[in-house]
Amino acid sequence: MLIPSALITGFGLGSMYGLLALGFYVTYSVSNTVNFAQGSTMMLGAVLCFTFWVTLGWPVWLAVLLALLACALWGVVVERVAVRPFVVRGSNAWLMATVALGIVVENVVLFTFGKDPRGMPPSFLTSEAFFVAGIKVQALQLMIPIVGLSIAVGLHLFSRRTKYGKALLAVVQNPDAAQLMGINIVAAVLLAFAMSGLFAGIAGILIAPLFTISSTMGTLFGIKAFAVAILGGIGNAWGVMAAGLIYGLAEALITALLGSTYTQILTFALVILALAIRPNGLFGQASVQKV
Amino acid sequence: MKRVLVMPRSLRLTRRPAMLLGMTLGVVLAGFTAAAHAADTVKIGHVAALSGPSAQSGEAITRGLSVAIDEINAAGGILGGRQIELVQRDDESKPPKGLIAARELIFKEKVAAFLGGIDSPVSLAIVPLANQNKVPFMGVWAAATPITRNSADPNYVFRVSAVDALVDVKLLKYANGKFGARKAGLMLINNPWGESNEKGLVAADKENGNIEIVGIEKFENNDVDMVPQLTRLKQAGADVIVLVVNAPPGAQMMKSRERMGWNVPVVSHWGISGGRFPELAGPTAGDAHFVQTYSFFGKQGPAGERLLAALKKKYPAIKGPEDVFSPVGTANAYDAMHLLAKAIDAAGSTDGDAIRKSLENMQGSYQGLIKTYSKPFSKGNHDALGPDDYIMVRYVGNTITPVE
Repeated sequence: MLIPSALITGFGLGSMYGLLALGFYVTYSVSNTVNFAQGSTMMLGAVLCFTFWVTLGWPVWLAVLLALLACALWGVVVERVAVRPFVVRGSNAWLMATVALGIVVENVVLFTFGKDPRGMPPSFLTSEAFFVAGIKVQALQLMIPIVGLSIAVGLHLFSRRTKYGKALLAVVQNPDAAQLMGINIVAAVLLAFAMSGLFAGIAGILIAPLFTISSTMGTLFGIKAFAVAILGGIGNAWGVMAAGLIYGLAEALITALLGSTYTQILTFALVILALAIRPNGLFGQASVQKV
Repeated sequence: MKRVLVMPRSLRLTRRPAMLLGMTLGVVLAGFTAAAHAADTVKIGHVAALSGPSAQSGEAITRGLSVAIDEINAAGGILGGRQIELVQRDDESKPPKGLIAARELIFKEKVAAFLGGIDSPVSLAIVPLANQNKVPFMGVWAAATPITRNSADPNYVFRVSAVDALVDVKLLKYANGKFGARKAGLMLINNPWGESNEKGLVAADKENGNIEIVGIEKFENNDVDMVPQLTRLKQAGADVIVLVVNAPPGAQMMKSRERMGWNVPVVSHWGISGGRFPELAGPTAGDAHFVQTYSFFGKQGPAGERLLAALKKKYPAIKGPEDVFSPVGTANAYDAMHLLAKAIDAAGSTDGDAIRKSLENMQGSYQGLIKTYSKPFSKGNHDALGPDDYIMVRYVGNTITPVE
């Protein structure tokens, strides 16, 4: 019973990390850049959804839709404000700029949303439950992995099977050639950042009922998701999602078997160990350097 | 005079006229400040979580202190007519911030004494500073045993609040008496406060033959899912959970318990009353029975009536007892402030050592909110409240309702 219930916990948390890490993957594979403050975008999704739904009393579908739209838009803003100005000058300062922008958002939320953590009202997702092998599973716990895996599958099919997906991947391989082929590079990168924001928003809204909503709720998630993205070999949607699940399961199993005092120490140690053995991530490939 | 020098420093580099203007402004400002805070106010400091996850606790304490200070000042102040001035600093629930804030209160604001907040780790960090500088520090919420029992001699730390070691005895006794539980599983926050209670509960367990501890689990503030820890306790045969944590992670524990579908009774220390526990924990919030020092529900004594009326007047959002959030903060702070003022008055000075001696030798009795205090402190006992002053309660909706 200890192990099965840890597995359920691990799958839920793991898909959450995977979903957030897919946000790193999607921008990295199009532009070689990421929004380091992915955790704050996730927080934004949860905070906005709560504000629209609970504070303003709008219908839940509208609240979710608007929160996701806002997260996607925020992704675009991040690209325009904190990434592109530096990339066009060949600078790596976007690393710091995205982190800084994330801190700005967290503080703006602190002042507007308030310092008090809030809780999502119960919904059918948390009240509906069923039993698998004697263990209670909430509908939400099932929904999180389903959404996460569907997005990973969708992303994989989109990038490998569709014209647009291939166009996106072409941008990173050779921007000049891609442009000559008629691909709108600016739009492609913006789209990638919008998707990245969207995934973070979905993760935020899905985790909110399990967690408490506050301006700092995304910080640790963001760090873990980046570790997951690197662990999975950031250029591979499947790998990133699988790494998320592995990370989540490791976390839950360590907590179940050894106690949560060791969770953070051991999971991050495992990440370092894994990267020492496979520097390109568990599922990544070394990029070919043509000379 | 210091202000005169500090004010224009930033202007000095620009231009001479600007500097002159700055100096003039500085002099004027210094004059105003001196007039407003006539040197004859007695400054009382307060270091607590005024922002962050436990911000509500800081606000609740502030309310109790403010009403008490209003009453004292309206009745003519202390030390022959001096008014009390409250100087507050935010510790954000972080020990280093609390230490910096306490230093500022002692050295810059030169407070006569100061009060603390909800976080035991913060208070524990402040204790040595208070003792070294001989400034009385009064706890009004943080319950860690070593805050007052800190082996300093003389000891400048006092408390009008619960004490972990005594609460722990109460929690085990209640778990057995109310729920007939015989096997307790502990869920403790992984910080000094959790540790203080682990020691207290283990010690209480040795004294109590009716119940035994079958498992001790720790968790972090940011843990989303505590099903693994709870599953271990369930496997160990626990028939009650003893919970020691503040509201947000406490709510995570209740949600994890709900997710597991485990209807085990929960007996909790009072940290969970320092935030929006019913909202955060959801439908099972009422399953947690927890300890308090006071309830604004039911028949109130004269102090209770007076305090409620004053709260309603000062804070229009308070319509009745159900609107007094984090009530222990308000109640403890109210009594602590009155006791402290009486002691300073009796000491006849704002000297730290004189106040300490005065607190240890309070004469007569004072009819407070929580109880009538007669000799609340002595050299050997710096805690004004004991197990007889604790009550057990639970949330019904958003209101804290006595269950004993």
